[in-house]
Amino acid sequence: MRLRDRDEAMLGGEMGPATALAMKIVSRMGRIAGAPRLIDITHAHIDSTIFVGDAGLEFAERLASLGARVVVPSSLNVSGVDEHHWGEWPVASEWASKAHRQMVAYRSMGTTETWTCAPYQTQARPSFGQQIAWGESNAIVFANSVIGARTERYPDLYDVCAAITGRVPEVGLHTDAGRRGHVLITMTGVPHRLQELDEFYPVLGFLIGRLADDRIPVVEGLTVRPTDDQLKAFGATAASSGSVALFHLVGITPEAPTTAAAFGGLSPEVTHHVGMPELLDARRQLTTNADAPVNLVLLGSPHFSIDEFRQLAPLLRGRRKADSVEFLVTTSRIMRTLAADTGMLRDLEAFGGRITVDTCVLATPMLPPTITTIMTNSGKYAYYVPGLLSRQVVYGSLEDCVESAVQGRVVRDDHAWSVA
Amino acid sequence: MTVVPVISSVVAGTAQGRLVVSPAPLSFWGGYDAATGEVIDRRHPLSGQRLGGCVLALPWTRGSSTTTAILLEAVRLGNAPAAILLPKVDTFIALASVVAHELYGRGFPVLVVEPSVLAGLDGTVVQCEEHPTHHG
Repeated sequence: MRLRDRDEAMLGGEMGPATALAMKIVSRMGRIAGAPRLIDITHAHIDSTIFVGDAGLEFAERLASLGARVVVPSSLNVSGVDEHHWGEWPVASEWASKAHRQMVAYRSMGTTETWTCAPYQTQARPSFGQQIAWGESNAIVFANSVIGARTERYPDLYDVCAAITGRVPEVGLHTDAGRRGHVLITMTGVPHRLQELDEFYPVLGFLIGRLADDRIPVVEGLTVRPTDDQLKAFGATAASSGSVALFHLVGITPEAPTTAAAFGGLSPEVTHHVGMPELLDARRQLTTNADAPVNLVLLGSPHFSIDEFRQLAPLLRGRRKADSVEFLVTTSRIMRTLAADTGMLRDLEAFGGRITVDTCVLATPMLPPTITTIMTNSGKYAYYVPGLLSRQVVYGSLEDCVESAVQGRVVRDDHAWSVA
Repeated sequence: MTVVPVISSVVAGTAQGRLVVSPAPLSFWGGYDAATGEVIDRRHPLSGQRLGGCVLALPWTRGSSTTTAILLEAVRLGNAPAAILLPKVDTFIALASVVAHELYGRGFPVLVVEPSVLAGLDGTVVQCEEHPTHHG
């Protein structure tokens, strides 16, 4: 791999010891990936903010103590604690203290404090063709697929090194050749009415993630144009059940005007035909126990958007959740502010709902042990809750989630799924 | 003890341990408890198994970009696999070992192998040798 003079200067410590450490890691990873050279990026999204233990904290504080500064605009992913509200939940103070130290370390580097896993719904949204270095699987897949920006899957600890050096190896999804589809998935026999529903997209995402594994899927057969939030839910779930970092939806996403274009003129490695039987099976797998008494309804992975608040608010008005159920929305500070300004936060509070910002239940140990079954409309939550939180999970639509919270038991309207 | 034929070293090193061949990819975040080395993804075929000190063969990593931080934490706590074998280079796994070397002066070998050479070895103690072909 050829390094530019400036790369060599960074490596040699001319831009300080933090940049030297970051460049040492970036250049070594470039050689591991077989890159011909490093290229400039214009934005980073740093997922290393998530606190998962002392090692990540030590790495952050090492960089910060060496004087690390980002050289491109850099948004921050969720942290390990809701900085100003963690005391409202049973979060251990030792955890909060360490997670907060990690926030302070990344804050010190000149970053933008978005504290969200949905940066593409803030001003940090990149544009088509922009070379970026993003962490956070759902953000990566959204940036690549829906926007057409270009990022590899940057894991924690790597994204921050890219932000400090402004350089990444020219490989994979940064290149034209690396963005061609591999796997063709042809969907047939799925009613248009079902495709219009939000609850369809996490299920489709779960199925596509399983079929694509670490390849780039090209999906044809959708008859509706999904909304941003539907694509967000689709990608987040596909990036959980598989390693999907880029998908092409023919006729919908920007690099797939046609199936042939999505494959860059090459043939698919494999073709899968899917329809209602596969989707119904995927939907079943998102639920571990539909008969357990639900005691938490959980919305917002990826972080709830202002459009999602607009859908939720009218469902809550004039109603109140059952005492036996907690109702929690996880979102960012900016979305909470927008929801408050538009009066929708009042609707949530009058319903008995609560809100957590900066983080989510997967990234901070905030739930009391009395919560044993979680109902959610998020495919990502449904995927990770059993393993990360050792709780049962029930997947349902937004309407199902609200109705279940009111009635204090799982209520699911299966009608849209049974018509096929 | 069988010596595993290695195609190339992503992160060099030697290791010895019980071979666990995972039939499915694994996201370490949400799938691996760094404090115990247990696979906690309840949808994963290795759910409940402890992989600390094992030679782990994976088809690839799935899902979360926090995988690297979990693996680094597992190294710190002594619960990482002794080596990870892959059919091709995997950035998430490689980075965890690279940063572990920077931070703690120790990581774990990440080695590329042809999956068919592992047939019949699952559960046996194997030896992984250095390979002269280095990626990094």
